[in-house]
Amino acid sequence: MKGNRFWAWLVFGIGAAYFLVPLIATFEFSLRMRRGYYSFDSYASVFSDPRFQATFGYSVVIGILAIIVGILVVVPAVYFVRLRMPWLRPFVEFLTLMPLIIPAIILVYGYIRLYNSSSIIPFTGSALGTDILLTCAYVTLALPYMYRAVDTGMRTIDVQTLTEAAQIAGAKTPQIIGRIILPNILVAVLSGAFLTFAIVIGEFTIASLLNRPAFGPYLQNIGANRAYEPAALAIISFIITWGAMGMINVLGRFAPRTSARTD
Amino acid sequence: MASEFLRVDNLTKSFGTNTVVKGVSFAFEKGEFISLLGPSGCGKTTILRMIAGFENPTSGSITVDGNDITHLKPNQRQLGMVFQAYALFPNLNVGDNIGFGLKIAGMPTEERRARVADMLKLIGLPGFEKRYPYEMSGGQQQRVALARAIAPRPRMLLLDEPLSALDAKIRVSLREEIRAIQLDLGITTVFVTHDQEEALSISDRIVVMNAGNIEQLGAPHEIYNKPATRFVATFVGQLNTIEAVVSDVAAKKVTIDGQTVSLHTLPDNAKAGAGISLTLRPEVLTVGARADNDISLTGTISDVTFLGSVIRLRVALGTNIVSLDTFNDQRTAPPVRGEPVTISLASKDLLVLAA
Repeated sequence: MKGNRFWAWLVFGIGAAYFLVPLIATFEFSLRMRRGYYSFDSYASVFSDPRFQATFGYSVVIGILAIIVGILVVVPAVYFVRLRMPWLRPFVEFLTLMPLIIPAIILVYGYIRLYNSSSIIPFTGSALGTDILLTCAYVTLALPYMYRAVDTGMRTIDVQTLTEAAQIAGAKTPQIIGRIILPNILVAVLSGAFLTFAIVIGEFTIASLLNRPAFGPYLQNIGANRAYEPAALAIISFIITWGAMGMINVLGRFAPRTSARTD
Repeated sequence: MASEFLRVDNLTKSFGTNTVVKGVSFAFEKGEFISLLGPSGCGKTTILRMIAGFENPTSGSITVDGNDITHLKPNQRQLGMVFQAYALFPNLNVGDNIGFGLKIAGMPTEERRARVADMLKLIGLPGFEKRYPYEMSGGQQQRVALARAIAPRPRMLLLDEPLSALDAKIRVSLREEIRAIQLDLGITTVFVTHDQEEALSISDRIVVMNAGNIEQLGAPHEIYNKPATRFVATFVGQLNTIEAVVSDVAAKKVTIDGQTVSLHTLPDNAKAGAGISLTLRPEVLTVGARADNDISLTGTISDVTFLGSVIRLRVALGTNIVSLDTFNDQRTAPPVRGEPVTISLASKDLLVLAA
């Protein structure tokens, strides 16, 4: 028994080191900007850079828009597939896996070919159009995560009976989704939202090829031209992503609870 | 005579090639408590779901209070429904659950609060507004579901096996409460159950269903005492079946395991030497002779089950074995297995069915 525990700890230790050593090294390196001292100068430099604020702010806005569009598309889709067309589920699941199979570069080249300034829908002809295209691309990119998060959430509630109970009380479909289904899967939806946010914040390929001032291309640009700031940015990105993941866990505690008691 | 309130006309429902409801028709009066009773897959729940609007009939019509609701959406039918799995909204507290339909209908907040409080009083849970469903027992949750269903004052109440998920003791007390509330409000109620005791105890009338058809429709005592078909006789209550052979058609005599007895009636097409089935409830049999019993049979006690106030005996007449209940008498020793016994019954209590 004791031997087992030793090996378990050893495996855990190796795994933790594999993950933590580069992170600690990056953090340590990010503090070395001032020669001979540890300092947060690289962080100060990053935060005072107007391009950091602009690109980060831009990615946050696009991320929020992607989350809103994602929720508006995915929640009703999952709801109707579960309720009315369960036979369609394998097909929808396959469809939502496509962004994992098709590289982002293929997606963005497809977009550019379809929506260039000389096409019928010239999204890339204006900044606003390209922003819309970028938002749609992020919705697609985050689809596997958003779909699975929402689908898992819906699996925890009896969608059909709750729908019928609301219907017989006089509710229409938008009221059922808005007042009953969505609040009961809110934690799952927020999990999907935070995953979407984490993807959007660090995404480089699509934003770069669509030439938008997003955080990902900024990270790449700094990485290519500076020494200490990229390490600071890597740590900042980690904190943002971990913050988003941590929120998923925290929110899990506030999920509406059901109980099938017989007493 | 009270007017017809719920009318179901020639209702049929098919799923692909499988027809689960086959041209069912019935009509009920306002304020009646109706039970749809039958085994799993008999079509009772499908009928209820068609009344609610969750399933579209393949053919036929449903009329409530003179209005054809066959093609209305569920949210346009003004019906209340209680589900087997409670189906309370987990994100809403008890007050908001009960007030859900009222809010949807646009009732002002104050009026809604007052109605919710009235409903909670009615179901015996005053002050429970702020509780959440997961904080309540199953019985309490189902009472809240009942209050939610009746709060908007629906035209009719539909109950889809609302007691099935509950413990036996709660089931009995809640069914009595449901009946009391239904009588108090005078609301027409359709109750789906596979439990004959439930149906017999709270219904004004029962529709016994089998394989998508109505086997019998009648008051509980009619269903129990005068079952129209063999299915009803066997499904509702306990039943003994005795296989007999007609020995004399004119004298209405039959032979049961070598013992000849005279019957009150024989099937119209009975022939000498033909087999017939005699069915009888355990309670019409008596151990020993009784003045008003005109048939006596002898046999051997094959099994004795002590059930407290009642002792259930199984008596072998030969190949036929019958069950009967006798009250426990503290001053007398219970019957013993293997003992010879005489049992008697009144021929008019026998249900004679062609074999």
